[in-house]
Amino acid sequence: MQSNYLVKLLTVVLLVFAVNVRAQNEVNEEHEGTPEEVSLKEKIKESIHHHILDSHDFTFFSDSKTGKHYGFPLPVILWDNEDGLQMFSSSKFHHGEEVAENNGNYYTLFHNKIYKTDAEGTINLDEHHHPKNEKPLDFSITKSVLMMLITGLLMFWVFAGMAKSFKKGPIVTGAGRFFEPIILYVRDEIAIPNIGETKYKKYMPYLLTIFFFIWFLNLFGLTPLGVNVTGNIAVTFGLAIITFIITQFSGNANYWKHIFWMPGVPVPMKIILAPIELLGVIIKPFALMIRLYANIMAGHIVLMSLIGLIFVFQNWIGSSLTFVLSFAISMIELLVALLQAYIFTMLSALYFGFAVEDHGPEDDH
Amino acid sequence: MEKLINDFSFGLFFWQMILFVLLLLLLKKFAWGPILNALNTREEGIKNALDAAENAKLEMQNLQADNQKLLQEARAERETMIKEAREIKEKMISDAKGEAQVEADKLIANAQAAIESEKKAAIVEIKNQVANLSIEIAEKVVKNELADKDKQLKLVESMLNDATLN
Repeated sequence: MQSNYLVKLLTVVLLVFAVNVRAQNEVNEEHEGTPEEVSLKEKIKESIHHHILDSHDFTFFSDSKTGKHYGFPLPVILWDNEDGLQMFSSSKFHHGEEVAENNGNYYTLFHNKIYKTDAEGTINLDEHHHPKNEKPLDFSITKSVLMMLITGLLMFWVFAGMAKSFKKGPIVTGAGRFFEPIILYVRDEIAIPNIGETKYKKYMPYLLTIFFFIWFLNLFGLTPLGVNVTGNIAVTFGLAIITFIITQFSGNANYWKHIFWMPGVPVPMKIILAPIELLGVIIKPFALMIRLYANIMAGHIVLMSLIGLIFVFQNWIGSSLTFVLSFAISMIELLVALLQAYIFTMLSALYFGFAVEDHGPEDDH
Repeated sequence: MEKLINDFSFGLFFWQMILFVLLLLLLKKFAWGPILNALNTREEGIKNALDAAENAKLEMQNLQADNQKLLQEARAERETMIKEAREIKEKMISDAKGEAQVEADKLIANAQAAIESEKKAAIVEIKNQVANLSIEIAEKVVKNELADKDKQLKLVESMLNDATLN
């Protein structure tokens, strides 16, 4: 009964899709031979590359034929070594097509990064194809910053509302009903087993915040808004560094002893182990950073490539199959979004647990 | 690695840290603190309620056991009391019976003794009476006999006649 229904649904989807692809085909046939169509793969590659990077404006979609972009500009905030603070709207860049002028200084976008330039927008490249122009410090409210702000507000709204609902009685109402078991899960399955019954309380706010922050941002990344916040190395670096700092500051004597002077092994081994353990201290948050970044980044690239393939195939069997495939990958990405948030929280809790772990004097390992 | 460093945006990192730390502090104060407290209080409340229910159940059981015990004790006591009463009754009856027997025996013995002595006295009396009567009668008879001199003479004569015959 269930599978019957699924087959029917799939057939309908495929039929609808086939019609769409047919229409797409016709459009493409009209332009056969023009250089624009030849570089479809290039365009897809460019689009993916553009998507996974942070952006100075919020574009929902663009029309490549008319060159119009649908979205809204975001504020650009620069710290110029010579002229200090510079603030202007990113609409001045016209999506990287023009040079922005502010207080007599000229800035241009090159691969989504702002460089200082002259009125003509010249970019001097070195032999590695890197611009030699001066790079002002960029504190712009980019798409990712805006999404983090929105996520923060959303989280505050949801969880402060939940707290308020708890004030009225012991049974939470509304969205809190959904989040309460997750909070309990973080407490009972992540914090308490890894950190310990007596010490977990201090770390709960951080663990909960980081779990929901990463999860929400991962989910936002899967929406057609096309934001890739947690797939951005600066963001994962920021999250990992906080875990790192908290770990080091919670480290007790026992933790440091295990790093610099491993108990229970001969002295030469202690000397060999110290640098290895010290390296481990840095590798742990580094792995956290790379794991989250790479997973989300890879997910976005795979998903966008599959969607791009729909247009590359240009026949209804291939396109439909890639559609089904991209749908399946989307489902997996939904799981990955939760899984990565879980793993990040879980490992953070584990590192905190190492830092606060107590060994009795008789325990000699 | 080079690409990673190239992709690293200090501005994004800067905003991320500010926003995240701010979010952490705000949520800690306004959300996680109250939520975790509420959850803890609720769990403790549930635990206490369960404990209280368990205790009440145990108490009930204890009470019931106590009641049962009391009832049994009361029953046992009643039985012993009844038994004792019966024993006392029987003892009293048997005692009374014994005493009555002794008393009766005594009475009977006394009565018999009295009867015996009375009888002896009566016999003595009768003997005396009989003796007296006999003497009176004998006297009267003798007097009577002796009053008639002819007859006496005749009798003596007859007796003398007989004696001569012999």
